[in-house]
Amino acid sequence: MNDFSVLIGGKAGFGIDKASNVIGRILNQTGRRVYIYRDYPSLIRGGHTFSIIRSSKNKVSTHLNKVEYILALNQDTFNLHKDKLSNSSVIIYDSDSVKLEGLSPEIKTLAVPVTRIIKEENVSEIMGNTCIIGAFIKACGIEWKVLESVFGKEFVKDMDSNLKVALRGYNEASELIKLEPFSENSLPLLTGNQALSLGLVKGGLKTFIAYPMTPTSPILHFLAEHADYFNLKVIHPESEIGVILMALGFSYMGEKVAVGTSGGGFCLMTEGLSFAGMGELPIVIIVGQRPGPSTGLPTYSAQTELHFVLNAGQGEFTRFIVAPGDLEETYFWSAWAMNLSSKYQIPSIILTDKNLGEGTFNFDAGSLPEIKEEMPVSWNRESPYKRYQNTESGVSPLALVPTKDAIIKVNSYEHDEFGLTTEEPNQTVLMQDKRLRKEKYLSRELDNFETVKVYGNINSSTSLLCWGSNKGVCVELAERLGLKVIQPVVLCPFPTRKFQDAVKGTKKLICVESNATGQLALLIKMFGFDVNEQVLKYDGRPFSLDELEKRIEGIVK
Amino acid sequence: MSQINLGTYAQNTWCPGCGNFAILSAIKMALTELNSEGLPLENIVLVSGIGCHAKIVDYLNVNSFYSIHGRVVPVAEGIKLANSSVKVIGFAGDGDAYGEGLEHLIFAAKRNIDITMIIHNNRVYGLTTGQYTPTSPLGFKGRSTPEGTKESPINPLELMLASGASFLARGTSRHTELLKDIFKKAILHKGFSLVDILQVCFTYFNLYEYYDKRVYNLENHNPKDYSQALNKIREWDYNADSPIALGLLYEKDAPSFEERFITPDQKSVNRDLKIEEFLKSSI
Repeated sequence: MNDFSVLIGGKAGFGIDKASNVIGRILNQTGRRVYIYRDYPSLIRGGHTFSIIRSSKNKVSTHLNKVEYILALNQDTFNLHKDKLSNSSVIIYDSDSVKLEGLSPEIKTLAVPVTRIIKEENVSEIMGNTCIIGAFIKACGIEWKVLESVFGKEFVKDMDSNLKVALRGYNEASELIKLEPFSENSLPLLTGNQALSLGLVKGGLKTFIAYPMTPTSPILHFLAEHADYFNLKVIHPESEIGVILMALGFSYMGEKVAVGTSGGGFCLMTEGLSFAGMGELPIVIIVGQRPGPSTGLPTYSAQTELHFVLNAGQGEFTRFIVAPGDLEETYFWSAWAMNLSSKYQIPSIILTDKNLGEGTFNFDAGSLPEIKEEMPVSWNRESPYKRYQNTESGVSPLALVPTKDAIIKVNSYEHDEFGLTTEEPNQTVLMQDKRLRKEKYLSRELDNFETVKVYGNINSSTSLLCWGSNKGVCVELAERLGLKVIQPVVLCPFPTRKFQDAVKGTKKLICVESNATGQLALLIKMFGFDVNEQVLKYDGRPFSLDELEKRIEGIVK
Repeated sequence: MSQINLGTYAQNTWCPGCGNFAILSAIKMALTELNSEGLPLENIVLVSGIGCHAKIVDYLNVNSFYSIHGRVVPVAEGIKLANSSVKVIGFAGDGDAYGEGLEHLIFAAKRNIDITMIIHNNRVYGLTTGQYTPTSPLGFKGRSTPEGTKESPINPLELMLASGASFLARGTSRHTELLKDIFKKAILHKGFSLVDILQVCFTYFNLYEYYDKRVYNLENHNPKDYSQALNKIREWDYNADSPIALGLLYEKDAPSFEERFITPDQKSVNRDLKIEEFLKSSI
């Protein structure tokens, strides 16, 4: 089996998330590529949680409707997912708590008395997950030592009990299929939120500030946990309003700072965003999308904030918006969001979502161009310091507190070059032009980057247009169907010329988005481009490859 | 004492008789004295909100951050946490600090972060032309409450004491010399300090005569004694007629947030190596 998927499910509190990480790592260590999709409800205990771990010889970043293995720790997992099984599938289940009613006799079953083993070993219920993992690796012929090595990294405490329980599961099982290991070097397995965090650090992040909100809280947790490791200040203040204003205080002092939130928290940040535009204060804002309006589906995914981030904040000002589609883009553009924000003294927004942020993927740092931290232009001391000195590029040289002989004044009112409030009409126009002029220079610099990407059969006259986390599923499908994929990565300033080059030769442009109104289609319309068809999905779940295939085939035929 | 010019070329647009002039004079005097006592001016950052009070940063030739309404405190905290050697002085109105931005004020007091908040408490919205604020007396007739307010004011000093502030004082816009002394003490205090100034809005709520009849300077008061401080703070509830104490009401020594907050040594880590190391461990 080159390409197969494992679904593990149970109640929240059964350690499904942990178990999926362990399975992912075990498969990763056999030289395979791995993708993990996590599905969990907004509660702490109970409910139904599951993960799908897909593994292949080549990199994968989407899941399929069919799975080859189901690891069922409760009845719900069987009931809710049995239609994902095919005749070549295997179900490994807790025979003490799961009844396999109505199962096709072709499907192989492997009964493990998980509940009994947990009782006999007198360990906590959560270790049912390691018991079933033990059975799983035996069933697919993975060596015991691989499990041992992964457990060593994943379990800080109770290592011995976990190993003991896993061995009981291992001994209960029999080898059903022998997975041949691939010889590829294993690549790191990261979540999108981890890749994003590392990218920020690479771009010179000194301070991260956030108020917890799904799906970007894991960035706050990861950076807080690694604050010493990376030498960071990580702060969790009283509200998202506190977050962004505190960040602007850091920014004024010249510290490279980022904040993370989701749509609701970003609502509270918009006044601060506008201030960053007026005050010309660099800041990076991460917006992890999830379905709205309002609280919506907090633990699911969406692409609904594109026009919100494009238009958020009163007044008109230069901003940079990027929507990475995989881990490499996430890492690269998070670093560059820091760089560009700092260089042009503007807010940068990184648009991500739950699927990308909380999904686990292989990360290939070797495929990326070198990233260097950029430093802002400094005051040369030749003339008296003016925080908002009017320059050709619109970017004013910086002096930072404390600097003798420099008075550094930042102002939310319209202001003169020194930073004092003004209501004078000519001055108002001069400063508005100065701030907006930065966009021209930013666009020019962005010409050096791959801001619009193209994949698949570049000669095809049918193209899938996508952005953000739909990249993975669109690219895999396009390769299968012989189509072209166009993915704008930078969304503001919009890379019009590069987009024009990318759509050249396309007769049918099909826009694939995870929202109900077609936000990217609307955006490109502003620049004179029309889509022919739209494939929209807004149930909070990612497209599976088969699902998208069905919908695209309906159009392409 | 060496004379330094703390003024700017900005034209002053406060109304004649405005209490803000006294605050401006007092802070100039305090900064001049602190400077001659060894505090470099470049190590000071002023933060203001939005309202008449906030224009003060345009009138002072010192580093400043002219923030937005209600958001003086988080900006001041960010500046302090970025560089704890900097003295951060926040100016805010009563609408700014006790209304729209109250959550920040409570949290800053709770953290005991070393910033100084100077509240221009005129008990009326001036720049938006005369509406009630959190400290307007019950029944105050403003443009949004023509029949008089139906809610009692908060006692901001009592709230701050309960929140963990480690320095609380009160002044008025009549007593410049007292204000200067309080400002100096507040700025030098290590921890969260707040000075509530009964600043008179000559145009919309002229309380000069009212305050003149009731204020007195604190004497024989021990600001380190919590219950004495609480009694003095409760003596006047910003509503009923009673004597109004001026001066240092409460002061305590306590660890400040930025002291407890571990500031990383930015030089000692090779981040590229750390990233590489982390990636290796993630296989």
